[in-house]
Amino acid sequence: MKKQEAIYNYALRLGDNSLVLGHRLAELCSKGPILEEDLALTNMALDHIGRAQAFLNYAAQVEAKNKTADDLAYKRGERSFYNNLIMELPDKDFASTIARQLIVSTFEYFLYTELMKSKDETIAAISAKAVKEVRYHLAHSSDWTCRLGEGTDLSHEKMQRAFNDVWMFTDELFEMNEVDEVLIKEGIAIDLNSIKPLWFNHVKEVIEEATLKLPETGYMQTGGRKGIHTEYLGHILSEMQYLQRAYPTAQW
Amino acid sequence: MATDTQLDLWEVFIQPKSGNRYAHAGSIHASDKKMAIQNARDIYTRRGEGTSIWVVPSNCIIASNPSDEDMLFEPSNDKVYRHPTFYEMPEGAKNI
Repeated sequence: MKKQEAIYNYALRLGDNSLVLGHRLAELCSKGPILEEDLALTNMALDHIGRAQAFLNYAAQVEAKNKTADDLAYKRGERSFYNNLIMELPDKDFASTIARQLIVSTFEYFLYTELMKSKDETIAAISAKAVKEVRYHLAHSSDWTCRLGEGTDLSHEKMQRAFNDVWMFTDELFEMNEVDEVLIKEGIAIDLNSIKPLWFNHVKEVIEEATLKLPETGYMQTGGRKGIHTEYLGHILSEMQYLQRAYPTAQW
Repeated sequence: MATDTQLDLWEVFIQPKSGNRYAHAGSIHASDKKMAIQNARDIYTRRGEGTSIWVVPSNCIIASNPSDEDMLFEPSNDKVYRHPTFYEMPEGAKNI
C-alpha cells in the first residue's frame, strides 16, 4: 500500500468516526432530558461534524479525484465507511449515550493527544483542535457517569447495563491493519496499542469512582476497519444521504 | 429552590474578555457546580460571547423588593447634579 492511499484511508477512518457519532448525537436534538443537556449533546454533535468535515476534506484532497468532503459523506455506500461499530449503535436511553461518550471520548482524548505530534501537518492541526473539544466531552461524560452511577438505584442499574451492553464494541477501537503499518513507519499514525492501557485505566477509574463494576471482557465485535457494519449504519446513511441522492447537486 | 422538576436554578455571569466586568447573561438549571459551569458554557458561550463564566445559585442572590422601588430609587431622579456630565471623555477611552 502506498503512503498516499494509506493517508486517504486513515483520514476516512477518522472522518467517518466523527461523522457517524456526530449524526447519532444530532439525532438527540429535542430529546435531551432537560433543555441544558439537549444543547450540550447537540454542541458535541457539531464538534464531531466539524471534525468530520476537516478529515473528509483532507481525504478528498489526498485522493485527488476532484471530490469534496460532501461527496465522501453523502455518496459512499456503507461498505465504504470505515467507522468503528460503536459509533453507529442506537441510543437506547440517556445512560447508553453517556456510556458511549465516556468510552469514545477517552479514546479520542489519548488518540488526538498523540496525533498532535503526527508528521502529517494537516492531521496534527486537526488533532490539536480536536483535543480541546474532546477534553470537554470527556469531562461531561465522566461527570455524568459518576452522577448516574452514584444517583438512585435505577440510574445506577441503567448505567451499569449501558456499560455491559457496549463493552463488546470497545476492542475494535484499537484494531490496526496495513494502513496503520504504513503510516506508523512514516511517523504519521500512532500505534494504538500504546494508548490502550491509558484508555483502559481512565475508563476503569471513572467506572469505579461511579461505584459501578467494570464489565467482564468476553466476545468482542469487529468489522468496521473492513467496512463490515451492524445493521444500523445502513439506516443512518439512508437518512443522512437521502437529500443528496434524491436531489443531486442540491444547494442551500 | 425546587420550584420545578428541572434541577436547581443558577444565575450565569459572562465576562466578554479579560479585564471586562461580568454581566448577567441569564439562568440555567443544574444539579451541582460542575454541571452548572458546563451548562452555562453550552448555553451562553456558543458563539464566542465570553472567555470566563461565573455561576451563582439563584437562591444566594439577595434582591430588592419591587414594592420598595419608590423608596430606593425615586429620590435620585431629580438630582441631576449628581451626574458628572461636565467631564470631557478622553478620546479613545473605552469601557467607561
